[in-house]
Amino acid sequence: MSHQIKVISAAVAVALFALGSTAQADEKPIKVGIVTFMSGAAAGPFGVPARHGAEVLFEELNAGKVPAPYDSVGFGGTPLEFVYIDESGGTSQQVTEFRNMVDRAGVDMVIGYTSSGNCLAIAPVAEELKTLTMLYDCGTPRIFEDDTHHYVFRPVAHGTMDNVGAAMYAVDQKPNLETYAGINQNYAWGQDSWRDFEGALKQLKPDVKLTTSQMPKLGAGQYNAEISAIMASNPDILHSSFYGGDLEGLIVQAQPRGMMEHVPTILTTGETITHDNKIKIPDGTIIGARGPHGVFAPDSELNTWFRNAYRDQIKGDPWYPSYKMAQTILGTKAAYEKAKADNGGKAPNTEQIIAAFKGLTFVSPSGEVKMALGNGHQAVQEVVYGTAKNVDGKLTFEHVKRYPSEVVTPPEGVKSEDWIKNGMKH
Amino acid sequence: MKVSSMLRQQHALIALLATLVLIALGIGLSSWQFVVVVALAKGLAALGLVLLLRCGLVSFGQGLYYCAGAYAVGMAMSYLGIRDLVPLLLLATVSAALIAALLGVLLSRYRDIFFAILTLAFTMILYGLLIRNPVLGGSDGFNVLSPGFFLLADGALSRRTMFIITAVVVGVSIWAVQRYLATPMGRLGPAMKDNEIRVEYLGASARRNIFWNYTLAGALAGLGGGLTSFSIGHIDPDLAFWTTSGEFLFIAILGGTRNAYAPFLGAIALELIRSLAFQYVPNAWQIVIGVSMLVIIIFLPGGLISIARLWLRSSARGG
Amino acid sequence: MLMLPAAMIDGIMYAAWLFLVAVGLTLIYGVMKILNLAHGAFYTLGAYVAATFVGFWLAGDYNPYYSYLLLLLAGVIGGLILGVVVERGILRRFYKEDQVVLLLVTYAIFLILEDVVKMIWGVEPYIISQPYGLLGSFNIGLLYYPNYNFVILGAAILSGVGLALFLKFTRPGKLLRVVIHDREISMALGINVQRYFLVTFVAGSILAALGGALTAPTISVAPEIGVEVIVLAFAVIVIGGLGSLPGAALGALIVGLVRSFAVHYFPEVELFSIYAVMAVVLIVRPMGLFAAAEPRKI
Repeated sequence: MSHQIKVISAAVAVALFALGSTAQADEKPIKVGIVTFMSGAAAGPFGVPARHGAEVLFEELNAGKVPAPYDSVGFGGTPLEFVYIDESGGTSQQVTEFRNMVDRAGVDMVIGYTSSGNCLAIAPVAEELKTLTMLYDCGTPRIFEDDTHHYVFRPVAHGTMDNVGAAMYAVDQKPNLETYAGINQNYAWGQDSWRDFEGALKQLKPDVKLTTSQMPKLGAGQYNAEISAIMASNPDILHSSFYGGDLEGLIVQAQPRGMMEHVPTILTTGETITHDNKIKIPDGTIIGARGPHGVFAPDSELNTWFRNAYRDQIKGDPWYPSYKMAQTILGTKAAYEKAKADNGGKAPNTEQIIAAFKGLTFVSPSGEVKMALGNGHQAVQEVVYGTAKNVDGKLTFEHVKRYPSEVVTPPEGVKSEDWIKNGMKH
Repeated sequence: MKVSSMLRQQHALIALLATLVLIALGIGLSSWQFVVVVALAKGLAALGLVLLLRCGLVSFGQGLYYCAGAYAVGMAMSYLGIRDLVPLLLLATVSAALIAALLGVLLSRYRDIFFAILTLAFTMILYGLLIRNPVLGGSDGFNVLSPGFFLLADGALSRRTMFIITAVVVGVSIWAVQRYLATPMGRLGPAMKDNEIRVEYLGASARRNIFWNYTLAGALAGLGGGLTSFSIGHIDPDLAFWTTSGEFLFIAILGGTRNAYAPFLGAIALELIRSLAFQYVPNAWQIVIGVSMLVIIIFLPGGLISIARLWLRSSARGG
Repeated sequence: MLMLPAAMIDGIMYAAWLFLVAVGLTLIYGVMKILNLAHGAFYTLGAYVAATFVGFWLAGDYNPYYSYLLLLLAGVIGGLILGVVVERGILRRFYKEDQVVLLLVTYAIFLILEDVVKMIWGVEPYIISQPYGLLGSFNIGLLYYPNYNFVILGAAILSGVGLALFLKFTRPGKLLRVVIHDREISMALGINVQRYFLVTFVAGSILAALGGALTAPTISVAPEIGVEVIVLAFAVIVIGGLGSLPGAALGALIVGLVRSFAVHYFPEVELFSIYAVMAVVLIVRPMGLFAAAEPRKI
């Protein structure tokens, strides 16, 4: 008799213990590595707002305060744990940090990367370590145009549309455009942006003439000679993919000389400087946000929630990097929860999340997002441009134009460079 | 004669032992394997730098050859379709050596700060050329696949095998350089550092010696660059930026210039310091590195290798 | 048409700025034979201190014309404090080491100061552009140039001429020239070389900080503005001749004009033109264009 009781109580104990540990397994938070610039020139315009976006999502998701369809806690009921890593130090350092995150810190997935160089270096490492990685900002189309990746997703649009859209907006706003000029930083980001803009512009208006293309070094800081050259050549429009301190320096140096007042300037990442009231953006400046982000995000319950939550927590408005980070995190959440539902309500593994993410359509504070390229791994969105107009000391936008993704992004299987050269057919 | 052959055997034995210890460590502490393999590759470039430092020359240009070796591997893989490890590493080493020989003809005429600045200028010129070159990916660089090894591994070597191969290559290099340092030409370095004119009175050509040291240093850096491209899997023009060469300089000073083992000690130490600093004080990792530099210079001017010597000497005495 | 005078003016203005940021570096090298890689950090600090002073002043709605005084004050105070702290606290311990080691020491100081600046001021940029536009502008045809450029031009000329006069005509200046020429003999003659080192280093750091402070209204003050400056200052003094004051002026002029003409006529070349010029000068005339050939010591 006592022997049987012992066996039964042992069995009950084991069962309770098993239940208890599965309950704990459910409670073990999902560890996400968040990688963005926390030091260096890219921190101010991109890294810090992105990090703030992640912090807001962290608080709101773990408290279950995000509106439908994202109202469950964390991902699928499991709370999140974020580990923040600085993206600075170069590709070698970033590859090391990625491995450290996975091998030593044991993260379940990685979200991040602003620099195209880092994205290109990280993608094969993510494949090797079989770690789900979501790229939130880097612009290079090469990620999914040059290679296929199984573990890597980019739930935001890539950079081709920024400059194709800029060319289209320029032609729409100035149908009699005859000359153009550019000032871009002399490294991959600036070179690619310029190449895409010039290529697209020439397709739209074959007889435009280049007056000058300035390519100062990244971080040069002093642009007086470039400003003189541009003003002396008198172009109808100026294109620039400058960002951060370089852009602020350019505007500060251009302002007393009236460059941007005389020459309408397109700033493809300009949204990031619209928040600092110490910088005056002249009327007529064309601002881009690398997609329907920031001030160009369409009205929706999600957008309202995001802006309010961000203002409450960070005491400022969200910038476009904040939107892109939020979009990436929510896209991952959508994929996770779809995978969990497909798995009968049990926590999904990486392969199942990947299967769910492929080709997914989800909503974000910036509107609807379709994972339509790169074999279902690369998102497409519209690109939005607007012209700045100062009204009563406040910056507003007029002539806001939205260009749908098919018009500004190459279709599946076509490389951006070739697509532009062949007339951007859609 | 007997003494020198004993010495030669000793050199080979110690190098072999060091290699085996490294391999054991790498396999045992697999989470640190990546850090160590990167350190070893950098250590090769620093080893080349040590050769120059012993002659009294500071070079800010090792990065040029490091980068050249890496890009030689990358381009050979992409354009010539070579996937095999041995020809790739040979290509990296030889192409770097050729460039070094070419520049060495010019540079061996300069000393002191002018040598340093010229090497800096040349490495930055390579950087500038690569940044403007969209074919090679410009500043984003491009990815390098895993190499194969003869008929083994059917096209792609595993991380662990790559580590072992790197350790072996490093071991062989250390042994080769140690032997070189024992030859008359190798021993001329410190003499030139002390007083170059008197060395010439003795009948040696300082210029020729510097030329060969410079070429050898370039070859070692090229080899390191090739190995790096395999471990990291991605190469970009930052390898040629002067701060990369500055890092090699730091490694050389950290490790010491006494023998061929020192720079590897320095490289591993630096990677450890950097990893830990990045992890625990991400906002102040540069302060940590700067302070470590100063501490080493004040308290251990001979570098970390001087600790090893002290320990060896005391244990020999203690018995 | 407009391009040539524009290129000339841009070249001269850029040269003035280059001289201002490079003169401290060549002074320190000339006297102490140290190539101060931390020079960029002093420049950065001067800019941040200026941003803080002027930012505070402008926010308080005081008379904005006094902000120019504040810029000068920021440069002097920032450079003074940092120079004394670094020289006394760190650099002094390493004087007996050779040039290589000292180079690394200054590099270490640079790394440390970069993070210190980040800790005090954060990573967000500071903008104090009001003084830049306040003085109005002049124009050549359609091209407008802010008059603030004359402030920089003036500062460059004043510091250059002031230093030259100091070295040539004042007693401490003449003694400094002795120290530049031969450290050991100066010590043998009883000159307090240590004190001159301190004074020189502080002067150099004040000049660097002043460069940063005066530049601050024209840029966005952010971390890493000093990195580019070191390289430029370096190139300037190498071309002109390490340790030579007229050399720094000539080097600045050459670099400024070359860059300006490249920007106006061949913008594609700009990227490494400065390193190419540096290499060519070094190959042809290693001591730079102005430095006297030094006899080799046996």
